[in-house]
Amino acid sequence: MAFRHENIERSAILLLVLTLLTVAIGGAVEIIPLFTVETTVERVAGMRPYSPLELMGRNIYVREGCYLCHSQQIRALRDEVERYGHYSLAAESMYDHPFQWGSKRIGPDLARVGGKYSNDWHYEHLVEPSALVPETLMPSYAFLAAHKLDYSRISDHLSTNRIVGVPYTDDEIAHALADLETQADGTADQSALLKRYPKAVAVNAKPGEITELDALVAYLQVLGTMVDFADATQEQLKQ
Amino acid sequence: MTDMALGAAAPAPAAVPVAAVGYNEAVVRKSVIAAMFWGIVAFSVGLYIALELTFPALNFGLEFLNFGRLRPVHTSAAIFAFGGSALIGSCFHVVQRTCRTRLFGGDALADFVFWGYQFFIVMAALSYVMGFSKSREYAEPEWHIDLWLTIVWVCFAVVFVGTLLKRREPHIYVANWFFLAFILTIAVLHIGNNLGVPVSFFGAKSYSLFSGVQDALIQWWYGHNAVGFFLTAGFLGMMYYFIPKAANRPVYSYRLSVVHFWSLIFLYVWAGPHHLHWTALPDWAQTLGMAFSIMLWMPSWGGMINGLMTLSGAWDKLRTDPGLRFSVTAVGFYGMSTFEGPVMSVREVNALSHYTDWTIGHVHSGALGWVAFITFGMIYYLVPVLWHREKLYSTRLASWHFWIATFGIVLYVSSMWVAGIMQGLMWRAYDDHGFLQYSFIETVAAMHPLYLIRALGGAAFLTGALIMVYNLWMTVHDRSTEPQTAAKPSMAGV
Repeated sequence: MAFRHENIERSAILLLVLTLLTVAIGGAVEIIPLFTVETTVERVAGMRPYSPLELMGRNIYVREGCYLCHSQQIRALRDEVERYGHYSLAAESMYDHPFQWGSKRIGPDLARVGGKYSNDWHYEHLVEPSALVPETLMPSYAFLAAHKLDYSRISDHLSTNRIVGVPYTDDEIAHALADLETQADGTADQSALLKRYPKAVAVNAKPGEITELDALVAYLQVLGTMVDFADATQEQLKQ
Repeated sequence: MTDMALGAAAPAPAAVPVAAVGYNEAVVRKSVIAAMFWGIVAFSVGLYIALELTFPALNFGLEFLNFGRLRPVHTSAAIFAFGGSALIGSCFHVVQRTCRTRLFGGDALADFVFWGYQFFIVMAALSYVMGFSKSREYAEPEWHIDLWLTIVWVCFAVVFVGTLLKRREPHIYVANWFFLAFILTIAVLHIGNNLGVPVSFFGAKSYSLFSGVQDALIQWWYGHNAVGFFLTAGFLGMMYYFIPKAANRPVYSYRLSVVHFWSLIFLYVWAGPHHLHWTALPDWAQTLGMAFSIMLWMPSWGGMINGLMTLSGAWDKLRTDPGLRFSVTAVGFYGMSTFEGPVMSVREVNALSHYTDWTIGHVHSGALGWVAFITFGMIYYLVPVLWHREKLYSTRLASWHFWIATFGIVLYVSSMWVAGIMQGLMWRAYDDHGFLQYSFIETVAAMHPLYLIRALGGAAFLTGALIMVYNLWMTVHDRSTEPQTAAKPSMAGV
């Protein structure tokens, strides 16, 4: 029997089923291999889950829509690598739920902003960006300094991340509250925290008053610093 | 072939007496009003955030006015509130008339879909300004709002498919194929992209089920197909009904409709990776995305040709019917942006255009030129039909709307081309010593005059839409448009 499109037009169910099949193919072919091909995420040393304070800062970054103006994805192009640093690896966002690669640079890329400026610079810049960069289009985030950080459920945040695949250990979840308060207090002993979260940058919150701004600065200061590219071989960076 | 087949498939051009079948027109009327209301909101917020980028003082240091919180309000209002209300209204209108039957599920279910969707929009917008966001572009609402939308959307699908099943026409008309693909695929995309785990049942915060590179491709599988199925397939459904109706001609080619439909919905899904060129997404996926994006040019232009050629023998109507003028110009813009898209998906071009305002200009030639214009065409056609008026209050005002809006789009798109290409070139410029020539902030400062021109374009587009609202308000309320009254000479023939 010859194929006639008319048969599809006469059956709503057939049209529905064929439409669903047609749109399923492309997505399946492109997405499923990203989970199954082992080289998709490079095996480099240094990647670790975010410290509790960094994670809370990241949530502020997500909530305020920072990704709408700042990418976190340095493309493998000569000028980008010169301007921002080594091109971004898939591994560097492997613990990012959700990813923050962005799609528009109204401001510069932030994938490797960690360590480029001092804590003090970030505090002043976030409170009044135009005081440091007169031509900036960035609005003031002074209100973050007025909001106390709500971290009462911090261990729940870590264990929820563990459910979606971030390898937080029992030990890290148990110490979440203490680790958060330690990192917020630059005068405290950081050694236990740094053992669990190497390269975490302490900030100087007012005692007993950790703000959303403190958390955000801690997050910005770790961006792009986890992988040590001096130690990575070309073989490890291959995708 | 053409006439024979569509004659069978399309009851479209022949007018069916409304009273004979008893369609649910109330829900369509509500959707048209909602589309106009949200259109004004979307254009106004868009203008405001464009001005924030021109004069940052307009952020006022207030958290709920910050660009980062208002930008999702603008995009959601434009795509989901304005576009979504227009789509729900036209789906309900078209499916009833081309199936010659009242909506499945009764008036209550249709009303639930309408009001449930409006509730979703209001909750989403409020949540953004109050500082809740999942940060997935065009899918920012947190998990509980997503769940609500899922319920509403399933009901929408039930009404639509149920109406198709109880149709009193042997064939399903081509517009309904596109509407069906839009409803089904958006359901799949919405669920797939928003999978996550909430921290607590009583809190808004959730974490995406996926991370990093996989999360990025899933988001752009969603993001690109929000364009492909919400903003394209859905509005193509509109094109396939309202252009033949307004022109009083059958669709140009039945065979082209079939090829257009299947190739478009098959190819679109593959194009997502072109949003991730030169990133940490593996090269094979980037190449697939680019190849299919270029192929997508063909069905897009096939659809454009099918829409434009429907005017064969009726081109003179463009002079007298401003609604049709909007629809046809929309198809022209559709052709333009679906050519520009494949060009930008080529990796070498994308290296320049990505992260710049070229993308913003591209999106708006589609959103303003295609989506908004085809919607305006639908609304100018539908308001007299739904409110039982003989004609529009003023075709002259509709003409003014057309030209002011077109002028606005030209300002918008051309300023963004210049801004995007200029900034892209400045980022990669080297001086004589081999150093990068410009600091980032220098490239930002250079954007200022172009951002001002863009804001002017947006203001023009908003002005045009306000003229439309006034014109349609008067169409419904002024006695001059009532069927019994003889047409006044001054209003006719403009």
